[in-house]
Amino acid sequence: MRTVRAPVNAPRPEPLLVVERLYTHFQTDRGLVRAVDGVSFTLEQGVTLGLVGESGCGKTILCRTLMGLLPPSAKIPGDAVVRFDGNDLRRLSEKALRSIRGKDVAMIFQDPMTSLNPVMTVGAQISESLRLHLKYSKTDARDRSVELLQAVGIPAPQRRFNEYPHQLSGGIRQRVAIAIALACEPKLLIADEPTTALDVTVQAGILDLLQREQGDRTMSMILITHDLGVVAGRTDEIAVMYAGKMVERAPTRNVFQDTRMPYTRALIDSIPLLEQATHTRLSTIPGQPPNLIHPPPGCRFAPRCGRVDERCRAEEPELRSTEPPDHLFACWHPA
Amino acid sequence: MSAVQPVSALRAQTPLVSVEDLTVEFPLGRGVTVHAVSGVSFDIFPGETLGLVGESGCGKSTTARAIMQLPPPTSGRVTIAGAEITALGSVALREQRRHFQMIFQDPISSLNPRRNVADIVSMPLDVLGEGTREERLARTREVLDAVGLDAETAMERRPFQFSGGQCQRISIARALVVNPSVLICDEPVSALDVSIQAQIVNLLQDMKARYELTMLFISHDLSVVKNVCDRVAVMYLGRICELTDSETLYRAPAHPYTAALMSAIPEPDPTKPLRTVAMKDGELPSASQPPPGCRFHTRCPHAEDRCLVDVPPIVELTPGHQVACHFPINNA
Repeated sequence: MRTVRAPVNAPRPEPLLVVERLYTHFQTDRGLVRAVDGVSFTLEQGVTLGLVGESGCGKTILCRTLMGLLPPSAKIPGDAVVRFDGNDLRRLSEKALRSIRGKDVAMIFQDPMTSLNPVMTVGAQISESLRLHLKYSKTDARDRSVELLQAVGIPAPQRRFNEYPHQLSGGIRQRVAIAIALACEPKLLIADEPTTALDVTVQAGILDLLQREQGDRTMSMILITHDLGVVAGRTDEIAVMYAGKMVERAPTRNVFQDTRMPYTRALIDSIPLLEQATHTRLSTIPGQPPNLIHPPPGCRFAPRCGRVDERCRAEEPELRSTEPPDHLFACWHPA
Repeated sequence: MSAVQPVSALRAQTPLVSVEDLTVEFPLGRGVTVHAVSGVSFDIFPGETLGLVGESGCGKSTTARAIMQLPPPTSGRVTIAGAEITALGSVALREQRRHFQMIFQDPISSLNPRRNVADIVSMPLDVLGEGTREERLARTREVLDAVGLDAETAMERRPFQFSGGQCQRISIARALVVNPSVLICDEPVSALDVSIQAQIVNLLQDMKARYELTMLFISHDLSVVKNVCDRVAVMYLGRICELTDSETLYRAPAHPYTAALMSAIPEPDPTKPLRTVAMKDGELPSASQPPPGCRFHTRCPHAEDRCLVDVPPIVELTPGHQVACHFPINNA
């Protein structure tokens, strides 16, 4: 297991996660839904990536595809590559995948009430993955579980160990879900809207916890959210998705301060700010996200974009960079 | 907790909505009672938007529903446009409802999926028996156009044929069709994506100007509240802990809970340092056993012995700035 980050000058090892030409389509009665439509990206070790976009843009389906957690109606056409820590996950057997999932890659979900098992105690759910993946004995698993509950900031962990999810508040439940996810020291944690269902003061605590655990473990993290405020202070890089495509990818600061893609700009501008005076008119994005069965030709944001011209409606822009090279965007007329 | 003379002293006008000592309790059986709202008082002045913020379970939606008499409060008085709503019988109340309407958080489930938009939006007029069928449909068309929907194509469609943002426009049209003077908005943009949220916030501001509305705006999103509301009341566990104009609330919160709440707002600016004010044990105590004294004392970083015993009365710190705290933060 690689635990130490390579020195800056050394030849760069392969990123922890490499995704190439990934398509995830769903056959439905109304037609083929192109939920994820050609996404390529890499994620380095120890980096937190914010995956941002509006509902239906494909961010959750993208991560479920990485984890191999798709419903049977999903199809992954073409020669997609998902290489994680040297393994091509697309070629692994279900059994081999299962030994990676929950161990090297862990996931936490928006609603901890539905992701936790309601008829198992909290302790049993944490111990389960320790015993399955790390072959802990029953007593060792118990001790380690209590430690984990303590580490995620749960008061009275000994008592909580024997409680059921319905006895816990939303914030504590999400902390339990995080404890389960961290139990096997994953190399990658995928957090899908981990704080969307929580109150703002509880949200701050959960985000602090994730940030601390990520830093302590040099774990990589993908933080999926629709809230640009959540990713602003908590991520190294941001990827913005729109209608199944990745449309901008850059270090967090650049995304906010040197935005290239008009969609990202419009999204940031439509957030009400505390500094603004009351009754400041918000800037809006006209129209709605496109239908993923018949996406518009050319750039998918073209029908709603202020900088649109003929080329945007005809030719699809690739994700590219100019200067700096780590700032990628998919736009013919970047800002 | 008695009603305090609020900012009305500062304003020449009389309030359009007056809520006095509103209390809502739900018996759970076995002698257990949920104290959802305990002695809440505030006024809303004509043309004003009052925000009601707080975390889930603090009683903000219950307050809104009690004002709507859905269900009526356990005790307390609600006066809207001079009529004491809490004293009306059901027939008189129904007639009075034309003056106050409500929109809800989930725009899709608040619309009847089996009815078309024309039926949904004209229903309040049908209930009131207003005008002829033709007049009612004309009014329906007018409000649908006003909320930015194409009335001709929308009328015959059903809710599932619309997106979440469009459904919220339909809800707004349904609320406005009886030409109310008060609109109560319960988390109207919380279920919407940020780009759609901005459209609906702007639409509400436009409708407020066009139809001269007075609004009660409930949200847990403090940035949206700052944008929409003239004054804001912060609720914690069934009580109001601070009420002032939104500018002051964000610049100089006086209640420790407000300060903690404000500090936790995630702002879309990566250069801003994260500066969350810590609260003791991040969980809300149960409303069935609210802590004695100040209800916030179990989480308050400044709590002292007195806070455990005495309920802090809501007092005016400076004109128009009400706080219920024994030790308010001095921002001077």
